[in-house]
Amino acid sequence: MRFSVLVETRLRDGIADPQGATIERSLPALGFDGVSGVRVGKAFRFSVESDDEAAARAEVEDMCKRFLTNPVIEDATISVDPSGPG
Amino acid sequence: MASRVGVVVFPGSNCELDVVEAVRRLGGEAELLWHGHTSLGGVDAVVLPGGFAHGDYLRPGAIARFSPVMRAVDAFAADGGPVIGICNGFQVLCEAGLLPGALQKNAGLKFLCKPVVVRVETDTTPLTGDVPVGGELHIPINHFEGNYTCEPETLADLRADDRIVFRYTDNPNGSIDDIAGICSAGRNVVGLMPHPERACHPLLGSTDGAPLLRSLLVRAGALVA
Repeated sequence: MRFSVLVETRLRDGIADPQGATIERSLPALGFDGVSGVRVGKAFRFSVESDDEAAARAEVEDMCKRFLTNPVIEDATISVDPSGPG
Repeated sequence: MASRVGVVVFPGSNCELDVVEAVRRLGGEAELLWHGHTSLGGVDAVVLPGGFAHGDYLRPGAIARFSPVMRAVDAFAADGGPVIGICNGFQVLCEAGLLPGALQKNAGLKFLCKPVVVRVETDTTPLTGDVPVGGELHIPINHFEGNYTCEPETLADLRADDRIVFRYTDNPNGSIDDIAGICSAGRNVVGLMPHPERACHPLLGSTDGAPLLRSLLVRAGALVA
């Protein structure tokens, strides 16, 4: 089966995010008040061939741990969609 | 045969010739090692130079650690061979797991290119064997991701085992505990953000990097202490 995958990585809680902080400080200048907690990350979209959803998820988790994130500073959230490539 | 320093060239490295020139001026022999090679050709020390290996795609060092030469560097380091990572080379060593922790974006979100002062914190590494502890060196930095971070337990280990090799006297990038350079548990792998090879000639404004590279040459057997 083919699964479409979305991996979002972001800096872990407690790791300073100077990009997010700078964006947050800039928003009020455009009139966007009351915005807080801005965190900047990356998104990866791809599809994988796998027997089932659990196997696809396990493979992507391994991929995140060993390559897509640096676990010292980054976390990932993974969505696996069995409806095929989106 | 004379001792030689191998300087690894990844696609996107840009400080390799500076290292070669600095080593030669100090009386050592240096040669370039292409990242696609699986052998280090019998060199006595390895330098991973600064630059943007593999374009810094994904994260600095994240792709470089899969370059074929890194297996040989791994084995060389495991045998106790001296391996020095400068700037991007430090980032590669962290991504490769040869050094702990990671280098994140500078706290001020600015690319920093300027001379800084670092204090030598230990003389039991290949890069600092010839340099007095407590000595302050003027050496340039040139990086965006130089803000060293690690788990609290890792930091405790680095401190307890005297593995913090250099500290900034005036922290430019937000690095935890003012860290500018660290070494491995075996002490033979050293990573640092400042560029000693750019401080090896009076015309460059400082010669404070020369004693560091001289230490490496002594360790590699190329010079007598």
